[in-house]
Amino acid sequence: MTSRPEEPLDLSSPGAPVQGMSLRQEAPPPSAEYEFTVRARRQWQLVLRRFLQHRLAVASLAVFIAVVLFAFIGGALWHYNYQQFTGDYSAPPSLKHPFGTDAASHDTFAQVLRGTQRSLEIAIFVAIVSTAFGTLYGSVAGFFRGPLDSVMMRVVDLFLTFPLLAVAAILGDQLGPKANGWFWIALVITALTWPYVSRVVRGVTLSLREKEFIEAARALGASNARIIGRHVIPNVMGPVIVTVTILVAAAILTETALSFVGFGVQAPDTSLGLLISQNQTAVETRPWLFYFPGVFIILIALTINFIGDGLRDAFDPTQRRVRA
Amino acid sequence: MLAYTIRRLLVAIPLLIVSTFVVFLLVTFSGDPLANLRTKQPPPSPQVIANYRHMLRLDQPVLVRYWHWVTGLLHGDFGPSVQGGGTLDIGHALFQRILVSLRLVIAAIIIAMILAVIVGTISAVRQYSIADYVFTFTGFLFLSLPVFWFALLLKEGAIWLNNHIGTGFKTLGESSPIVGPGFGSHLVDALEHLVLPTITLALTAYAAWSRFNRSSMLEVLGSDYVRLARAKGLSRSRVLIRHALRTALIPFVTVTALDIAALLSQTIITETVFQWRGMGDFLFTAIRALDVYAVLAWLLFAAIIVIVANLIADLLYAVLDPRIRYD
Amino acid sequence: MSGELVDGVVPPSVSNRANVLEVENLRVDFPTDDGLVRAVRGLSYTLAPREVLGIVGESGSGKSVASLAVMGLLPKNARVSGQVRFGDENLLGLSESALARYRGEHIAMIFQDPMTSLNPVYTVGWQIAEAIRAHRNVSQRAALEKAVELLRLVGIPQAADRVHNYPHEFSGGMRQRAVIACAIANDPDVIIADEPTTALDVTVQAQVLESLRIARERTGAAMILITHDLGVVAGQADRVLVMYAGKPVEVGTADDVFYRPRMPYTLGLLGSLPRLDVGGRRRLTPIQGSPPSLINLPPGCPFAPRCPMRQPICQQEEPELRPTDHPGHLAACHFSDSLVGVAPSDLFRPTARDDVLPEDAGDSAAPEVTA
Repeated sequence: MTSRPEEPLDLSSPGAPVQGMSLRQEAPPPSAEYEFTVRARRQWQLVLRRFLQHRLAVASLAVFIAVVLFAFIGGALWHYNYQQFTGDYSAPPSLKHPFGTDAASHDTFAQVLRGTQRSLEIAIFVAIVSTAFGTLYGSVAGFFRGPLDSVMMRVVDLFLTFPLLAVAAILGDQLGPKANGWFWIALVITALTWPYVSRVVRGVTLSLREKEFIEAARALGASNARIIGRHVIPNVMGPVIVTVTILVAAAILTETALSFVGFGVQAPDTSLGLLISQNQTAVETRPWLFYFPGVFIILIALTINFIGDGLRDAFDPTQRRVRA
Repeated sequence: MLAYTIRRLLVAIPLLIVSTFVVFLLVTFSGDPLANLRTKQPPPSPQVIANYRHMLRLDQPVLVRYWHWVTGLLHGDFGPSVQGGGTLDIGHALFQRILVSLRLVIAAIIIAMILAVIVGTISAVRQYSIADYVFTFTGFLFLSLPVFWFALLLKEGAIWLNNHIGTGFKTLGESSPIVGPGFGSHLVDALEHLVLPTITLALTAYAAWSRFNRSSMLEVLGSDYVRLARAKGLSRSRVLIRHALRTALIPFVTVTALDIAALLSQTIITETVFQWRGMGDFLFTAIRALDVYAVLAWLLFAAIIVIVANLIADLLYAVLDPRIRYD
Repeated sequence: MSGELVDGVVPPSVSNRANVLEVENLRVDFPTDDGLVRAVRGLSYTLAPREVLGIVGESGSGKSVASLAVMGLLPKNARVSGQVRFGDENLLGLSESALARYRGEHIAMIFQDPMTSLNPVYTVGWQIAEAIRAHRNVSQRAALEKAVELLRLVGIPQAADRVHNYPHEFSGGMRQRAVIACAIANDPDVIIADEPTTALDVTVQAQVLESLRIARERTGAAMILITHDLGVVAGQADRVLVMYAGKPVEVGTADDVFYRPRMPYTLGLLGSLPRLDVGGRRRLTPIQGSPPSLINLPPGCPFAPRCPMRQPICQQEEPELRPTDHPGHLAACHFSDSLVGVAPSDLFRPTARDDVLPEDAGDSAAPEVTA
């Protein structure tokens, strides 16, 4: 369950400090800051090394980066615009139209490029904003505990009683058609996902609070803000990053589902979910209209999930160990 | 335990009240319920609009409207609806829809849990075997599948099979418009309609659960008490089932109970694809119709599900783990 | 190699075929990301009926891995070779189900951490009864009655009530006694106790050791007592085997090892041990440094980097376990002969940090040195 300082564990992974403080005894503690930076660099190196050993995660990262570049750079280079009528109606995939065209002669490749870009923008927005806010919120609640924590966590409970998709649909119905529809959709999904991050962060913060290096920092007279900023937040980044990868995948799926049922991104803009919704009757006659957007959603969500798995193993290698 | 349950339910009431109030404000300020009416062609007379305004209590302050709504709820009145020319009984309609959705949800949960336990256990016991890699990959694949896309794929695949091989998959609705006489034929008809949506929902739900079961099994398999169980000379199956699985199921059951609320989102999407007249259709129709009180009733029900699921998770924890006692 | 040596020189009383357990040239390797960890590099010993063998070493010396290998409880990725003979059977290479017939029935094991050794979701009595019913065809009720009897034997008060308690309702010492009750449930021939008292409070340690002694006497089992604590071994063991870096470095009777050590590492261990039986105030003389990594072990004696009497040969050639001037007493040191009559304080020094203490350590200023 927990690793004990007994063979063969400590041999098979020499000095594997996950949240621990393996260098603490070696490094003389002139100040808590110094001690922390030494330890952090070692830990990030170990995390990176372990991540690189997860081949599927590394391959997924490469594919994900390729998809991101494809969506953001490809759209600018491709000779069709996603709104342009090409004059080729319902054409199957060809060199001219790699993903074919729809009944209105739009180039599907250009539409998928655009849709991928929109879906990624929303997912990345959700990831950054909900992580930032959720981390801050959760670490403050966990650090101060007491009544403040209780009140803050009841607010989180409140947010979690709303079913994400339903509330997003209600708000998306009003906000989706606005000028910056995608931004509002992203904001709504963010508002409903940050509580998940804050719950994870609060849990980790509560246990970190009891660790010696926090006490040491306090003994040295560090302010609460400094302890949270320099000691708590960097140490919760591992669990947070893992949670965020799950959230990004979930955000992509939520956005596409929302657009699919008609409460997300609205025409004339497009997203991968909207494309599938518009072409759902074409599966048999013009399958390219249905499969390509779907494959891109899966590609994005799958690679992010694998990256998350690799990061989880890298931050917390206990599950990879084999024991008696 | 009973006292604890009652206390928990009492604590849930303030949460529910705050939750409904926030939801009420959210829905109230999310749009004008009469917008559809105003843009109607030919335009309805001002008298009609005024009648609707009065019926929906839009001529009263928000707090008064909330008060009316809450007190109405206590009498089983879910408020007026703009649908059906103002005659729709929201409570009755929603109840019918919940019954339809419940079939799907329950069937999917049962299948997903069984699948997750089997797959997760095999994956953990045979860690890093080919089976583990295959299960892990399919698990991640289903975790990453957009439910509506997968549902469409299944639906189109079933239609193709129906046309080419002559299978009789039911791809539309929760029941046939015309069914033979007797309860038996109704039951068979309902089950036939359940097949495809249940597969969709079960596979999307099982993915995350099997991953969770795998990691909690791995943790237990590495524990000292499983090692002691082996050292006692117990058979392999007894060690795996009575010691490892039994203990690993504690967090697993808790997490699945909590997840049932999240399954609601997947359910309403699946229903949309298969054109079920369930909770999903109810919600989406209400949103499009700007039917404030219908949307509120739906959200209230969803919030109750979440709160009850949390309570069930806690109670199951106490039942399964002797270290937890609520008194 | 070292195994044959053991067989050749151990006294007749121990080397006869009536040994309950014979381990020969046991090797355990773990493949890891950083290379092959050679956790046990050739361990041989014999265990006579009713004998208590103490295996002593630091964390990472391979003592626990070796005993898990005997039980077949190592992780799947472990590579084990050599022989573990129980009766006429070599336990290594037996299938899991064949091994299960030996576990608990003939060889029982007690683990280090009583807090995690028992399954939290079953009562203590149920878990003891389960051990009985794994090997005996008795009713659940009879097994539970036996469990009460066993709990009483290991010194649990109100055993008839306590049998229905869950592990979390037991203290650490009581849990370890419950584990002992589990271990003796089927009158095993061998009990392997892996650091049975390490995780316990000092006050409880003696009680648990006493329970262990009663259990051993009642069942007539031989015992392998694994510990890093020479003090635990001193009162219990007939023979002692000292392990370092995966190999035995000294084997002999308890008297041989405690009073006539022939290996600098053993001397170092003895020097690190606070003693009340020797009069006067005495500084502890710890061993400097830490055990070597078992990945890519350099040639030569693994203890050489920490050894105060190392010579050039120590860094080139690893010494074999060789007979000393006493029959049955073996040591792996090139210079074991020159250790005759040497005290730990002749070889090792008190640490520099201790030297900061005032000269008058004999006064009340530094009672912790001898306490």
